[in-house]
Amino acid sequence: MAAALDAGETTSVALTQAHLDRISAVDGAVHAFLHVDAEGALAQAAASDARRSAGQVASPLDGVPIAVKDVLATDGLPTTCGSKILEGWVPPYDATVVRRLRAAGLPILGKTNMDEFAMGSSTEHSAYGPTHNPWDLGRIPGGSGGGSAAAVSAYEAPLALGTDTGGSIRQPAAVTGSVGVKPTYGGVSRYGLVALANSLDQVGPVTRTVLDSAILHELIGGHDPLDSTSIDAPVGGLVAAARQGAQGDLSGVRIGVITELSGDGWQDGVMARFTEAVDALVGAGAEVVEVSCPHFVHALATYYLILPAEASSNLAKFDAMRYGLRVWPEGDAPSAEEVMKATREAGFGDEVKRRIILGTYALSSGYYDAYYGTAQKVRTLISRDFEAAFEQADVLLSPTAPTTAFPLGAKLDDPLAMYLNDLATIPANLAGVPGISVPSGLADEDGLPAGLQILAPALADDRCYRVGAAAEALLAEQWGGLLLDRAPSLDGGADGEAVSA
Amino acid sequence: MTETLLSFDDALAAYDPALGLEVHVELNTASKMFCGCATEFGAEPNTQTCPTCLGLPGAMPVVNATAVESAIRIGLALNCEIAEWCRFARKNYFYPDMPKNFQTSQYDEPIAFDGWTEVEVDGETYRIEIERAHMEEDTGKSTHVGSTGRIHGADYSLVDYNRAGIPLIEIVTKPILGTGEKAPLVARAYVAHLRELLLGLGVSDVRMEQGSLRCDVNLSLAPAGSGTLGTRTETKNVNSLRSVERAVRFEVQRHAAVLSGGGSVLQETRHWHEDTGITTSGREKSDAEDYRYFPEPDLVPVAPSREWVESLRASLPEPPRERRARLQAAWGFSDLEMRDTVGAGALSLVEETIAAGAAPQAARKWWLADLARRANDTGVELSALGVTPAQVAEVQALVDAGSLNDKLARQVFDGLLAGEGTPAEIVAARGLAIVSDEGALGAAVDNAIAANPDVADKIRDGKVAAAGALIGAVMKEMRGQADANRVRELILEKLS
Amino acid sequence: MPEISRDEVAHLADLARIDLTAEELDHLAPQLSVILESVASISGVAGADVPPTSHALPLTNVFRDDVVTPSLTPEQALSGAPEVESQRFSVPRILGDEQ
Repeated sequence: MAAALDAGETTSVALTQAHLDRISAVDGAVHAFLHVDAEGALAQAAASDARRSAGQVASPLDGVPIAVKDVLATDGLPTTCGSKILEGWVPPYDATVVRRLRAAGLPILGKTNMDEFAMGSSTEHSAYGPTHNPWDLGRIPGGSGGGSAAAVSAYEAPLALGTDTGGSIRQPAAVTGSVGVKPTYGGVSRYGLVALANSLDQVGPVTRTVLDSAILHELIGGHDPLDSTSIDAPVGGLVAAARQGAQGDLSGVRIGVITELSGDGWQDGVMARFTEAVDALVGAGAEVVEVSCPHFVHALATYYLILPAEASSNLAKFDAMRYGLRVWPEGDAPSAEEVMKATREAGFGDEVKRRIILGTYALSSGYYDAYYGTAQKVRTLISRDFEAAFEQADVLLSPTAPTTAFPLGAKLDDPLAMYLNDLATIPANLAGVPGISVPSGLADEDGLPAGLQILAPALADDRCYRVGAAAEALLAEQWGGLLLDRAPSLDGGADGEAVSA
Repeated sequence: MTETLLSFDDALAAYDPALGLEVHVELNTASKMFCGCATEFGAEPNTQTCPTCLGLPGAMPVVNATAVESAIRIGLALNCEIAEWCRFARKNYFYPDMPKNFQTSQYDEPIAFDGWTEVEVDGETYRIEIERAHMEEDTGKSTHVGSTGRIHGADYSLVDYNRAGIPLIEIVTKPILGTGEKAPLVARAYVAHLRELLLGLGVSDVRMEQGSLRCDVNLSLAPAGSGTLGTRTETKNVNSLRSVERAVRFEVQRHAAVLSGGGSVLQETRHWHEDTGITTSGREKSDAEDYRYFPEPDLVPVAPSREWVESLRASLPEPPRERRARLQAAWGFSDLEMRDTVGAGALSLVEETIAAGAAPQAARKWWLADLARRANDTGVELSALGVTPAQVAEVQALVDAGSLNDKLARQVFDGLLAGEGTPAEIVAARGLAIVSDEGALGAAVDNAIAANPDVADKIRDGKVAAAGALIGAVMKEMRGQADANRVRELILEKLS
Repeated sequence: MPEISRDEVAHLADLARIDLTAEELDHLAPQLSVILESVASISGVAGADVPPTSHALPLTNVFRDDVVTPSLTPEQALSGAPEVESQRFSVPRILGDEQ
């Protein structure tokens, strides 16, 4: 699309309007968006066109519209995090990544749906109703960033931003046939990201192609003085790595397949596509080794202690005093404390309450060492597993998620079953390393997309792009086009065509 | 509710007090602890706030380098170890004036720990062990609206977050034992000493009346000679030197009454009431108070290099004790004069007044005899009275030049406090200058002699002491604006 | 690992300022017990010599200079407030003490 803009074949206003039209046509069924800002997006598009005709293009993506997950603060646009407790809240400031999008000239189409406060793997925990998977509207689009992934795979937006705490970018990408990247922790600013678990959260791209993700990543990444955990080093080489990978030559690259991320509970069709993808990479000259990360079996438990603990503290600020919902309980002249309790009871959904209580427990005196303290130690062991594995391999591979998209409602009453969706994605968050999910094909059983996850050492995000782009190119060659070309059209018209942003 | 009290002497005969002091110091950095908002006192409500200090969703903290430097300097001045590596932690509890419902503080890894300092009371030196000094942030300020204006009985509250996020250093002592009947004075002396030390470091305004230095007083009693520690109470927000002394005294007497009556002291927070000089029961400390501390994930650890710490140590100002010794020798003050000067919080004021040209004794006299009384009367700290050392020196220069006498000088201070301008302007506006016109003075002396022939005769007979009556009459006629010594000379000349 | 009782959940909800209904308390206690039993599997995995990880990357000493930057306007600061009076956030009456 950027190329078409450069060539003068289209305008940002036309592109933006086309996506707004698509949203009007299909979002009633998909429900990827919580808020659409047609007026704002078109104004930004017009400004972009004016820049372009004046020869002052702000960035490689100037004029290409984008959707933003509703967990990122947007000045002047509602930001709800999928929660009733923030209904109607309009932040008076922009998240750093949003500021960078605006500076780079990307019109913001709107805010995408998500599990409430990013707690979930299906987007069913949104207080505003679930998002539907464009491949099968009766199924989940993954979570928590199901809105961003569905918007991209349903052609409602060419690009989107997501956030990934335990897989919330990668797992939705896998089950919707799109590309999702969790950058190295600290690689992209978290300032303005409404924190779920601060030590795990990262902002990243959700796109249709690996190259698009690389371009978007370079644009939003890099040091931010407002985020103390931001890495003070330039982000670069990602686009070059993606272009190199797309040539399809991986000679000299060692890929490691993680033993612990396969076996029981992994869907046959998902494993079959994974094996084919690995074979394709080997065919391109990569060397394959099997690596063991023995502590990964504890990653899920570790995650479900660290995350609720941090989240219980982060979500304390939603107390009806300064912003958001205020619920007055019954009774005569209720106190601030009573209003807080009533508001939090009414404003938070079940999953949020569950995790707040769990986190409060894990941090409470007498239990801290047994739970939170132990989890932090196991976190160290998981990082050490990665260090050892990266001695043997340049990148580590696994399926992104154990299964394809499951039917809406299937796991809603079984939190543990829901948590298992993030089995393969969580270790990267615990260790702070980068990961990408690229489509690996459609599972035989259900014809739904599966994902290939590529993990690299911290600060070596370029390796994800190189190997990811290679896998994408090699598989597209086999399929005769991108996987998304095969997605249903939704509006009854011609199937969409996977156009690169 | 009235508390039963035992007399202070009886209390000390039966029990040994253990003191503990927790002092919160607001640093005088230009910006807040974790964001760039200004820290100006008294600004319009909610004009010094941003997403970070308002706790808006998504906002993040970044540590103020100067605040860390100040924390280390305070630690060094209190002979503390400085942590090689420490983290911030979240202290989780809900309160409407705390924007995030957790306070970013330090828990088991304070930046400074295991220090000591010494204070002097009545010529005796007490060593105070410092447990820790850690960094944290202040809360917002609530105004309670309702019939009483106090928190209880308020209909609702209004919150201003300008103060939220201002850097605080909390300095905590270990239990201070062995002070006996001097406990109230030791507590007061410690806080006065901290103020002096912090002022010397230049890290805080230490204005107790503005809340930039706040004190919590812990006290427990144990049976005399038992060597044990009793149950302690924590009296919050004791915010003047005098109150620190009174609060300790009150709690000693209250605890003693409870214990000697066979009761046990409740471990609780107490409120100090400045007006009535008593403490009342606050919140009971219980296990339910669970702050769920954990390391702040949004801030990275602080690891001050030893080079940095040593360079800060090298730049520390002279310690208060050494400074006092040096100044006492230079000024020629007696021990008592020196103690009074320090006790009144006037050491720096006197020093600056002398530096501005006044003689040491004159500087001491104005600050201690006159201005200290005025400060006490209006209930403010001496440094906050509104008279500067330069002004005091200027007034004294006028006295030295014979343009003012002490009585007139006091009227100049009245004018200064009333905001009437500089000393010279006040002298001119109020017409306070001594009349040096010998003609007018001579006429007044002649009038006085004529009006008091008996007295004049006595003086002629050599009873010089009687001149006082004539001097008084002359001064009265001159409305005080004469130099009494010159008047005496003139009288004696005329009657010799 | 100890089961988490209904009373314990009620206490935790109180600490977390959530006014859970009786029904939620009934429901949550067994659910949390199952989750806790599952996560408790990590006890004993790490020896005493393993240092805890609180931050994913080993950064230290990230500071900003003590420089004043523009604040929000009071209108912006108060824009989300449920109630405002005298340029302050109006909140229900506060019980209990300042800490």
